[in-house]
Amino acid sequence: MLRDITLGQYFPGDSIAHRLDARCKLILVVLYIAALFTAVNYGSYAFMIVVTGAMIAVSQIPLRAIVRGLKPVLVIVILTALLNMFFTQGTPVVKLGALTITREGLIRAAFMVLRITMLIAGTFLLTYTTSPIALTDGMEILFGPLKKIRVPVHEMAMMMSMALRFIPTLIEETDKIMSAQKARGADFDTGSLIQRAKALLPLLVPLFVSAFRRADELATAMESRCYHGDEGRTRMKQLHWAARDTLAILLGAAVFAAVLVMKHFGL
Amino acid sequence: MEPIIKIENLHYLYPGDEIETLCGIDLELHPGTFTAVLGRNGSGKSTLAKHLNAILTPTAGRVLVCGMDTADESQLLRIRASVGMVFQNPDNQIVANVVEDDVAFAPENLGVEPQEIRRRVDAALRQVGMYEFRMHAPHLLSGGQKQRVAIAGVIAMQPKCIVLDEPTAMLDPSGRREVVETVTRLCREQGITVVLITHHMNECVGADRLIVMSNGIIAADGAPKAVFQQREMLEREGLTVPVTTALLQELRAAGMDVPTDALGIDECAGRIAARI
Repeated sequence: MLRDITLGQYFPGDSIAHRLDARCKLILVVLYIAALFTAVNYGSYAFMIVVTGAMIAVSQIPLRAIVRGLKPVLVIVILTALLNMFFTQGTPVVKLGALTITREGLIRAAFMVLRITMLIAGTFLLTYTTSPIALTDGMEILFGPLKKIRVPVHEMAMMMSMALRFIPTLIEETDKIMSAQKARGADFDTGSLIQRAKALLPLLVPLFVSAFRRADELATAMESRCYHGDEGRTRMKQLHWAARDTLAILLGAAVFAAVLVMKHFGL
Repeated sequence: MEPIIKIENLHYLYPGDEIETLCGIDLELHPGTFTAVLGRNGSGKSTLAKHLNAILTPTAGRVLVCGMDTADESQLLRIRASVGMVFQNPDNQIVANVVEDDVAFAPENLGVEPQEIRRRVDAALRQVGMYEFRMHAPHLLSGGQKQRVAIAGVIAMQPKCIVLDEPTAMLDPSGRREVVETVTRLCREQGITVVLITHHMNECVGADRLIVMSNGIIAADGAPKAVFQQREMLEREGLTVPVTTALLQELRAAGMDVPTDALGIDECAGRIAARI
């Protein structure tokens, strides 16, 4: 189960999406999300599905990887769908005792599922095609102006890249602790939700203790390698803004504009 | 020759402890030498290592790295760039998600020019034999490979000395061999001073000098062949001599007239063959 978490995973590759500048991709994701939340009706949704499909095709990320990334949020998607289905007023279609499913509810549920799915698929494309270093560097530069008002931008970017770096390590560790506890009779898979949540408690304690120990060792290792904040720090991989990045931004802006126009005409 | 590291009457007391972890260490390490430090848990060997690049500073006494006092904070970066440190757990010292980005971390911190970093990273990865893995994710590598990446990350700083604090403790035998062979080569071919802290006697065989630590002092210091002769002292310290030395010593005790200073298996066999 834990292996399904693909958050922050990077698939090395050489597609156009991989070669775009990280800053460009960050801006594109913002535009994409804005467009997604502007879309209101069949026309604009269909358009966004085409756009998402095109993005996936361009990134050359296997569809399987994207579906796998969606698995952990399946519960949220289903829950949203059910809530929308049952609690939207309108023309009844099916009656289940006190609950009624309305036509409007069904449509809205479908829209919600599509929206969340596309939202996640689209943002996953960013982390799938951008190396974490480039991603955090990009964020650091984009938010750079905030340094003037003493926002610790570099520190936040560093923390993010560390968090991404340690996700697989901590997942491995969680698996190990779980196996060790299962071997001694712990039960994580049966019982009520509350019982299962309780069973996780003895898992979290050793995990936290070890995470703190790791953090301490990591800090010593970083200091040993002369880390002293971003003062005087250089980068091996410089970000390069190319013509294709400008083009991609224009394209992204055009998509957003198109959705705005569609909204205006009620599509 | 001017020693690269000079330790004068070093004492160290961990805050909150009552007994000193290091009680009076005097030591000089010379450029290009390979020194192994042995000792049981709690003998103070890791604490000593942490003094070599100013992670800890002495409670009393002095540590000089290339003439710079580790207590002098203005020299901190230069000291740490001169003495690189590799730790026990490879997972907790790799900072990036891609091998080459991790190796670039130290030169980036030192403000080296991007092209020069690229050159150093490639050179460092070639020196430890991990160049083909430069685009890999570190968490998918074996323990020995991770530790070699960590070594590359240190040599990218172009240090004069590398200190390895039990780098093989979490590795399997083949990983251990990879790491020891790599550091031995760095020492012999690149002239980098190596300090290897370890539990394993066999890893000390190739060293120029062997130091045994016990309760915060240096219990023995000399060429490995000479130190291994002091078998009783070593066993008192919970250390076992290499099987070759043990065999020769047993034979001698049983009345066979063999010299007991052979370390390699071939060397040992030769000595025995010469007597029979």
